[in-house]
Amino acid sequence: MRRRKLEEWIAKALMLFSTAFVGICLFLIIGTVVVKGLPYLDWDMVTKIPDGGYYFGRSGGMLNAIIGSLYVAGGATVLGMCISIPVALYLNVYLKKSNAFARFAKLAFDVLFGVPSIVYGAFAFSLMVYLGVRASLLGGIIAVTLLVIPIMVRTLDEVITNVPKDLKEATLAMGATRWEMAKVYLLQIKTGILTAVLLAFGRGVGDVAAVMFTAGFSDNIPVSLHEPAATLPLAIFFQLGSPIPEVQGRAYASALILTVCILIIVSVSTILTNKKRK
Amino acid sequence: MTQTPHIGVKNLNVRIGDSHLLKDININIPDKSVTSIIGPSGCGKTTLLKSFNRLLDDIPGVNITGNVLVDGEDIYGKHADVTQIRKKMGLLAQRPFPLPMSIYDNIAYGPRIHGAPSKKELNALVEHYLKAVGLWEEVKGRLHGSASSLSIGQQQRLCLARGLAVEPEIILGDESTSALDPISTKIIEDLIIQLKEKYTIVLVTHILRQARRVSDYIIFVYMGEIIEFGPTEEILLNPKEKLTKEYVKGFIS
Repeated sequence: MRRRKLEEWIAKALMLFSTAFVGICLFLIIGTVVVKGLPYLDWDMVTKIPDGGYYFGRSGGMLNAIIGSLYVAGGATVLGMCISIPVALYLNVYLKKSNAFARFAKLAFDVLFGVPSIVYGAFAFSLMVYLGVRASLLGGIIAVTLLVIPIMVRTLDEVITNVPKDLKEATLAMGATRWEMAKVYLLQIKTGILTAVLLAFGRGVGDVAAVMFTAGFSDNIPVSLHEPAATLPLAIFFQLGSPIPEVQGRAYASALILTVCILIIVSVSTILTNKKRK
Repeated sequence: MTQTPHIGVKNLNVRIGDSHLLKDININIPDKSVTSIIGPSGCGKTTLLKSFNRLLDDIPGVNITGNVLVDGEDIYGKHADVTQIRKKMGLLAQRPFPLPMSIYDNIAYGPRIHGAPSKKELNALVEHYLKAVGLWEEVKGRLHGSASSLSIGQQQRLCLARGLAVEPEIILGDESTSALDPISTKIIEDLIIQLKEKYTIVLVTHILRQARRVSDYIIFVYMGEIIEFGPTEEILLNPKEKLTKEYVKGFIS
């Protein structure tokens, strides 16, 4: 009896410790960003493009990188979704579970999931060289799309697998075709799709290596797909490398902006899903 | 029995991997009546039922030989149109599964995929089939509310209405009341008895009393084989085979 109580106590203590550890780390990270970044954060940071040479710039703002990041991550998420949804449906709804190709494809996506983003950047870069595309918004979107596809496919895969097989039988028994059944699947996994979008967007908006060579950098807001685009993570990287303390401080302000952007997107989508559920 | 029964099975064998689930099944299901398939768990009742509308197709390693004739057409034939075959049969599953849409859209799903009726026709169809299962009065105020907000019993009636809206000739029930409370079960059973005037109905059940209450004929399946087939009273009260006798008396389960 005492042994069971002790076990219970140890298990609970371990869980509490882990939760507290993660909580404290998170608090420290966000705390550092806020404390170091807030003094440099002003309205100009989010409404203006940089004054003068980009990573030594002490005045002006980060609007180029904010917009650039949203364009790159947003574009990649939309493009990735257009590719991932058909892939996930094909592997799970059209092909049988035992299908050798489906199993191989899923394994391949698991591997791609773990490939470092610099590899996607390099691959997209060589693709761009071959096609004669220069570092541009388009290049960045392509690289990040490649990066997020495995994330989306694996997430959707998981979500579709969890749909009870009753849905399949119910629709097929009514004489639905595979595609008509797939459409009902899409309705059923609405919230799962949103999760996939959020994961992909979060990953895309925060990645440096994939965009470093492919999107380039620019002080201006891109107005076409063929112009280079700045991104927040890359801007932070450059600013942190600056010897000037003020510019380093602005790196933290940029990080704060990035965090707030993600917070806004996550909150809005959570509110939207909760509304849908009711 | 008519010349070509709705469902005729000839030398049907179903294997999944190494297990031989159905062995040399030969049966003609009587039209416009209720036939129950009874037998112990794992004997192949559901497999037999699902072989009628090719729902076994997607099971990994499945191997089906023999013929299932629906209105004289071999549904396992090369040129069989599987969606048309399934359209002829409504399936009432073990657990109700409302499609992730409104009550209205659940009923309208079948008519919509099999043709595009006008808004007015759809409204009439939805009302007709909800009335047919006695759900209209309960849901008419919230037709566009989510179907998953209904109680389990209501959901099962919704699923029945949804199946009927496809205008099948045959209704297949796979232990359709096993998730329901006694009152909902009674409602479904009464509906089945009403529906046999228009439809050929095949039910899988493990409740002998239910088979007795609703069915005209009983098929007793044991270890993948049909042991006995005949009118309900005969099978339950006066079975010819020893195995059937033992099963209906509760010696084997």
